[in-house]
Amino acid sequence: MQLSESVRKKIDEARAQYPAEQNRSALIWALHAAQDEYGWLDEPTLESIAEYLELEPIKVYEAATFYDMFNRSPVGRHQIKVCTNLSCMLCGSDGIVDHLRGKLGIDFGETTGDGRFTLTEVECLGACGGAPVIWIGKEYYEDVTPERMDEILAGLD
Amino acid sequence: MPEYPKDYTLVTLAGTDRADSNTLQAYLDNGGYTAVQKVLRGGMTRDDVVAEVKRSGLRGRGGAGFPTGLKWSFMPADTPQPKYLACNADEAEPGTFKDRDIMRYNPHMLIEGMIIGGFAIDATVGYVYIRGEFWEPYVRVQEAIDEAYEAGYLGKDILGSGVDFDLYVHRGGGAYIAGEETAMLESIEGKKAMPRFKPPFPANHGIYGRPTTVNNVETLASVPAIINNGGDWFQSLGTPDSGGTKIFAVSGHVNRPGNYEVPMGTPFSELLELAGGVRNGNKLKAVIPGGPSVPMVPGEVIMDANMDYESLGQAGTMLGAGSVIVMDETTCIVKAVERVAKFFFHESCGQCTPCREGAGWLYRVVHRIEHGQGRPEDLELLEDIGSRIEGRTICAFGDAEVAPVVSSLKHFRDEYEYHIANKRCMVGAAAPAGKVAEAG
Ligand SMILES: NC(=O)C1=CN([C@@H]2O[C@H](COP(=O)(O)OP(=O)(O)OC[C@H]3O[C@@H](n4cnc5c(N)ncnc54)[C@H](O)[C@@H]3O)[C@@H](O)[C@H]2O)C=CC1
Ligand SMILES: Cc1cc2nc3c(=O)[nH]c(=O)nc-3n(C[C@H](O)[C@H](O)[C@H](O)COP(=O)(O)O)c2cc1C
Ligand code: SF4
Ligand code: FES
Repeated sequence: MQLSESVRKKIDEARAQYPAEQNRSALIWALHAAQDEYGWLDEPTLESIAEYLELEPIKVYEAATFYDMFNRSPVGRHQIKVCTNLSCMLCGSDGIVDHLRGKLGIDFGETTGDGRFTLTEVECLGACGGAPVIWIGKEYYEDVTPERMDEILAGLD
Repeated sequence: MPEYPKDYTLVTLAGTDRADSNTLQAYLDNGGYTAVQKVLRGGMTRDDVVAEVKRSGLRGRGGAGFPTGLKWSFMPADTPQPKYLACNADEAEPGTFKDRDIMRYNPHMLIEGMIIGGFAIDATVGYVYIRGEFWEPYVRVQEAIDEAYEAGYLGKDILGSGVDFDLYVHRGGGAYIAGEETAMLESIEGKKAMPRFKPPFPANHGIYGRPTTVNNVETLASVPAIINNGGDWFQSLGTPDSGGTKIFAVSGHVNRPGNYEVPMGTPFSELLELAGGVRNGNKLKAVIPGGPSVPMVPGEVIMDANMDYESLGQAGTMLGAGSVIVMDETTCIVKAVERVAKFFFHESCGQCTPCREGAGWLYRVVHRIEHGQGRPEDLELLEDIGSRIEGRTICAFGDAEVAPVVSSLKHFRDEYEYHIANKRCMVGAAAPAGKVAEAG
């Protein structure tokens, strides 16, 4: 497959930040760019990134599997990522998780039948002053309560 | 910014009460970029800058507390370019959220600190390594970098001084270990974030094998004020061994969680008061003052301690990154430790056997105690596993994963014993309903 023009543009911009021979430094940027566009990273996409950056495919697979943000299988339209680490736990993340499980009928790692939501447990998001914290797309939602959670979900397509 | 209830000298959070504090204009109105003028146009030499930072007593705010001026002096002076300055904005230690606010509300102060730091170590390129989850801070920092280029503070021949400094953002992909400085270097090279052996330290072998200095966001953001007001001024804000102010990120069971910048040496009790005290008027049970990679201490111990390296050391713990997690009397310590053990299990990069296997063992044993399947000999087993990890790994993650288990066994052994004997938690019945971790 051919990477889309916008993905290639983002990779080019990233590549300009590093010395000429250091293509590999643009790899994480490339993975983000591709995932933002396609939702998850399938093999043809990873192979295309390797080709575009002139890297051996194994290097691309290594990064795509090591870093948690990259999805190696399809996910719902919205990934609901719930921090359950210590500060969030102390401030009630268990209650948010129970509420989401009940409302969406799915557990961590699962996607609703309509393909709308995937529920994901994440480690500390670095926003513990607003615990419990939920992360959806590029947004953090802080001081989340079950009621607030319902409003957030209702606002997503 | 959270409302700041008292009048303290602010350094890295200075000016953040203004709604547009992230903009160049707000920073300039607040005296921004005068330090860079003083350094690049006022005839300061690299040695002058390093000496001033040494005098300030500034120690690494990323957690290890290594003296910043000393670290800068390790950079080889006569080696040719390229040399690099890397800012560690990975901020993934649970309970830490201070760098996020510096980047969101004071990005230009970080940039100015990096220009001066780059000059001091003779680096012409800088990278800000921002954890991938942080989108808003990334956007704010990138916008500020663009503004700084536009205004001539970045790029070639800054302010006509002949000094060059280019600054870029490198986004991470989600991995706690990427915050370890040598793992971060690997990650900037596009590799898996696996720590390297030290030595060689980054000053000798950093990004692409070139001399590199790694500093935390808060460390670098402290530099402009040190240059403007002098190292002695900064030093005198704190204690003899811990200069300056420090942001403490306070979370958990307090009424007003948030970032509080206070002088080093501030009594813990005062910090707790700033954060509104323990919620619901509950009793303070335990505090982790520097994130789970430092030992937890009982409330009554920390109530007598001050927030500086020495005092917390005497209290049997460490200042770390200043990530203060407060737990009240309703907290089940075993459950809290189980959660952080799970975190370390999940995040070990796996290249050292003691760390990789040990993290799994610690988690599984604490998990079974928490779930009513513990055995009396499990407590010794935990200590034994800990002693086989500590000091036997490539990076400090190994010691970190042991800290919560061993410190909680030391101070709260009775809770573990109660779990094992009664197959349930001793605080379960006491926990009030509401926004509380369900004690299990
Ligand atoms: N901010 C956060 O999110 C987190 C912070 N941490 C903190 O990180 C700390 C451990 O960090 P490390 O980098 O492993 O500590 P370290 O003591 O190995 O190094 C500290 C700094 O001093 C430099 N250094 C130390 N000895 C040196 C020497 N002889 N020559 C040249 N340079 C030298 C290192 O290069 C490094 O920049 C822990 O204490 C923990 O509190 C841990 C996890 C997360
Ligand atoms: C497992 C691990 C994770 C770390 N994560 C961070 C981090 O997220 N941010 C940070 O500034 N330092 C982190 N550190 C400390 C860095 O290795 C390094 O000491 C620091 O960035 C140096 O900057 P400083 O001297 O300004 O503190 C971590 C260390 C370890 C062992
Ligand atoms: S101590 Fe753990 S995290 Fe650090 S290098 Fe070894 S396996 Fe990786
Ligand atoms: S513990 Fe949830 S954001 Fe830090």
